[in-house]
Amino acid sequence: MSERTGRAGQRSERMSRAGQRSERMSRAGQRSERMSRAGERSERMSGAQPYRREGATGKTLRFRFDGRDYEGLEGDTLASALLANGVRAVASSIKLGRPRGVYAAGSEEPNALVQIEEPFPEPMLQATTVELYDGLVATGLPGQGRLADRPDSARYDAVHAHCDVLVVGAGPAGIAAAGVAARAGARVILADERPEPGGSLLGTTETLDGRPGREWAAGEVAALAALPEVRVLRRTTVVGHYDDNYVIAVERRTNHLGAQAPAGMARERVWRVRAKRVVLATGGHERFVAFAGNDLPGVMLAGAARTYANRHRVLPGRRAVVFTTNDSAYAAALDLADAGVEIAAIADVRQAPGEAWAGRCAARGIEVLTGHVVTAAKGEGEVSSVEVAPRLETRGAGGGVREIPADLLLVSGGWSPVVHLFSQAGGTLRYDEELGAFTPGETRQAVEAAGFARGVGGTGVRTLRACLEDGAEAGRRALAAAGFPVPSDSAVPSDSALPSDSALPSEIAAPSEIAAPSEVSVPSEIPVPSEICVPVAEEEPAAAPAEHLWLVEARGKDADYRTHFVDLQRDVTVGEVLRAVGAGLTSVEHVKRYTTAGTAHDQGKTSGLLTSGIVAHALGVDVAELGTTTFRAPYTPVSFAALAGRDRGPLHDPVRVTSMHEWHVARGALFENVGQWKRPWFYPQPGEDMEAAVLRECAAVRESVGAMDASTLGKIDVIGPDAAVFLDRLYTNMMSTLKVGSIRYGVMCRPDGMVFDDGTVIRLADDHYLVTTTTGNAAAVLDWMEEWLQTEWPDLRVHCTSVTEQWATVALAGPRSRAVLARLAPGLAAGNDSFPFMTWRDAEVAGIPARVCRISFSGELAYEINVSSWFGLALWEAVMASGEVTPYGTETMHVLRAEKGFPIVGQDTDGTVTPQDLGMEWIVSKKKADFIGKRSFTRADTSRPDRKHLVGLLPEDPAVLLPEGAHLVETSAPPEPPVPTLGFVTSGYRSAALGRTFALALVSGGRERIGERLYAPVGADLVPVTVTSHVLYDPEGARRDG
Amino acid sequence: MLLIPCPWCGPRDEAEFHYGGQAHVAYPENPAALSDEEWARYLFFRDNPKGLFAERWSHTAGCRRWFNAVRDTATNEIHAVYRVGEPRPVTA
Repeated sequence: MSERTGRAGQRSERMSRAGQRSERMSRAGQRSERMSRAGERSERMSGAQPYRREGATGKTLRFRFDGRDYEGLEGDTLASALLANGVRAVASSIKLGRPRGVYAAGSEEPNALVQIEEPFPEPMLQATTVELYDGLVATGLPGQGRLADRPDSARYDAVHAHCDVLVVGAGPAGIAAAGVAARAGARVILADERPEPGGSLLGTTETLDGRPGREWAAGEVAALAALPEVRVLRRTTVVGHYDDNYVIAVERRTNHLGAQAPAGMARERVWRVRAKRVVLATGGHERFVAFAGNDLPGVMLAGAARTYANRHRVLPGRRAVVFTTNDSAYAAALDLADAGVEIAAIADVRQAPGEAWAGRCAARGIEVLTGHVVTAAKGEGEVSSVEVAPRLETRGAGGGVREIPADLLLVSGGWSPVVHLFSQAGGTLRYDEELGAFTPGETRQAVEAAGFARGVGGTGVRTLRACLEDGAEAGRRALAAAGFPVPSDSAVPSDSALPSDSALPSEIAAPSEIAAPSEVSVPSEIPVPSEICVPVAEEEPAAAPAEHLWLVEARGKDADYRTHFVDLQRDVTVGEVLRAVGAGLTSVEHVKRYTTAGTAHDQGKTSGLLTSGIVAHALGVDVAELGTTTFRAPYTPVSFAALAGRDRGPLHDPVRVTSMHEWHVARGALFENVGQWKRPWFYPQPGEDMEAAVLRECAAVRESVGAMDASTLGKIDVIGPDAAVFLDRLYTNMMSTLKVGSIRYGVMCRPDGMVFDDGTVIRLADDHYLVTTTTGNAAAVLDWMEEWLQTEWPDLRVHCTSVTEQWATVALAGPRSRAVLARLAPGLAAGNDSFPFMTWRDAEVAGIPARVCRISFSGELAYEINVSSWFGLALWEAVMASGEVTPYGTETMHVLRAEKGFPIVGQDTDGTVTPQDLGMEWIVSKKKADFIGKRSFTRADTSRPDRKHLVGLLPEDPAVLLPEGAHLVETSAPPEPPVPTLGFVTSGYRSAALGRTFALALVSGGRERIGERLYAPVGADLVPVTVTSHVLYDPEGARRDG
Repeated sequence: MLLIPCPWCGPRDEAEFHYGGQAHVAYPENPAALSDEEWARYLFFRDNPKGLFAERWSHTAGCRRWFNAVRDTATNEIHAVYRVGEPRPVTA
């Protein structure tokens, strides 16, 4: 309730902010008017999308955001469409409620979190990765979203795949790598998280072979996809990289179609890929810098702004200041200037930017302020001006500080290779001084990074040609590692390149053995376009070294670093990081946990290194020395629906039912889950509650006759000449002396002497036993037998086979059971002498071949009739047709056995209970030299007098039912905590036979306490109980023979 | 997820296997002859090295056979697999 109220509060806050936003929008409108009056080049001024560049094409799409209707274009993300409409504040921050805008252009986005409302509610998506569709309805989020309040009707599925080479990322390096591998005939999967291939090319105006980068990428990938052994996965994010190149990816198949999604198509698909070789061409993430107000809407990563201008033809603002530590922001600034953004100034922390860039800026009249930093972004709710100053060491007494009006502040703090998957896969990372970032180091896995993900370029600026060449190299190494001959000419079509002797080696050589590039012929520049044109000039200018700056010193009122943000999504500031370090934390992992920096759903993609940098700065150590936090899967958030796939509802877990199940359902039985089995719990008659039904069923068995479906008991055939020896070793009692035709109850222990399972053992022949187990433990007992046979006693000639499902079993119990059986099996001599207790007979029961066992779990005269499960229902119906048999369920079975003090393994035992604790010394053989558990019975711990014993409890008020798990104490008033417990209730029931409630309990030294009064705290009450023997009904066993 | 080379079935996903702890911990010849401490060592004490470790696996969702593997616990690399009863192979 309070949460709801809180959210409503936040919502109204957001609504009022939305109000402010619309005011701001009109201000933006005035601003653009002013600019066009000032003779700026005219922009597409359609009222609908005032920030859309002219020449944008595509279908118009309508969408609704925060309750307002907008238009966007096909190919937009929600972020680009919002920017096109001048929406700057998209969300608000989780702790401080500060307005936040679009910061990035991909899955690294830290700010613009939205909730999709239609067609199906989905929380916590990044506006930068939501593809726009007609009818999209979304709201900005205050840090947290909310789950749908209705079931998701979409289908989710999973595919298992194998390949020779998995290439992650379809940017220049990835396309080059996949091209080399695919054209040599390797099975290649190329996965990319974006809707179209191209990676970094999508955000630039570079050309390859005379074609725009985006076209080149589309053409290359289309050609690859046409090869028979190549699978191209678009909109597919590789989220996890595990041992032995087991890779998990999530493909978003219909999310981008909105209401148009075909009903029969899986919405998302999980790919589970096992790859011989993985090439990680995952590119880089741009970082920001910590300065005052670096979270204001209007502050944006420079590369992201470039992407919006080039790919989406959207202007993220009208007048920009650029703040950079490296050359890459110059390309962005020039592209934006071409697109019509006024670049007011470039503040470069370095004294010497790349000469070519400086020259181009001068030619364009763009002011470059070298040795300058941005000290603050200023504005009410969004950037309206940027404060720029010379760097602290050259600033002097406040001199040179300028405030520049701007609605956009582009930031580049350098680029970090995306090393997440490499690190997840167990690879080490090393700090590259030149790059100012962590790059892949050593790994035992058959994986390598390529292109910028490997740090190619060196100066922190991606160089296209180097990335293409590096990708092709990686492709050649992957081919060699996957056992393919490396083509001398990669242009050879795949068909002819397929090797005839393509038998793959059984073992993959360790990467160190094959990684040496000297072994690989490096002939072909074919997958690398012969002509690469960076359009600003004829070729990429030589880059000047970057300077790695994490933090701009605070000035004046910002001295406590309260608006220098490190992690935008978690609202973590430099001030908090400094406090953490001041509190004595010296590890970046500890700072992460203390401040939560890097723990939001973006996992600190743009900010992780910044945190390391600032901690290192505060400690006065090197970032290389400090290191970075460990990268863990998933790379991006994955919906639980996708992970669940089709394992939902009835498909979540197999349901096992007996051959009589339909009868139980028809008779209105309620069911209890026992393992995967559905067992009838009780059969209520009209007007009966559970208590009444169970009392009636119990009375019927004690006074007349009842029947229970016992088919679920585990049954294992143990066959072979050494079967008797084997069972003597497994059970605490003797099984070799059991006569053919007889039955013996047995208990199995673990070597530590604790009870593991119990059940009856039937000897069918000298070399053939049928062992029954508890329902829930059947598989574990079979595994236990196999383990000992295979690992300790391989000399024993024994085979064990589960026959649980081959037999259906009806337990017929009560004083009238013999009469009922005699009618059903006229050929069976059912008298007590001819068919004594604990024997079995083959007989025809109701015309069905059956094995009848005289076994009792209730203390009454009883039989278990076993038939082929094909005849289970027929037998059950025949038993019921006798007219006097009451069907009973597991609850009645539990009550009846508890009255007799028969324990249920797993209910009255918990793995710390010996047979002696259960009062069953008689089941532990003194004759056998050894059996599993025997040695432990003479350990000091198993002979302690204060061990917990199974005893009975009678509440002094015969109507009070003790809940299972209730503890027992010695005194009538609770002593001072900690209160010593004497034990606990394991079973508690109402008994028809005893006319009162009773319980079984494990009580310290319990057998010595019989007759004592103890107390069970139940709620606020202390319930007085008397300790008794665990056998409460018919202790003499007089009823067993009827 | 490990790719475990079952000596009977070949490489299979880890999800098909059940882990069985340290290998070569034999059931004592004559438990009755052991002191409580010796018996407790058999019951409760196992090695936990960082590095190569001989351990038991069972291919429970496949051939249901037990076998032994030498795995590097620091890197998860499996250096050898061998059948029950065979001696631990010499690994680097």
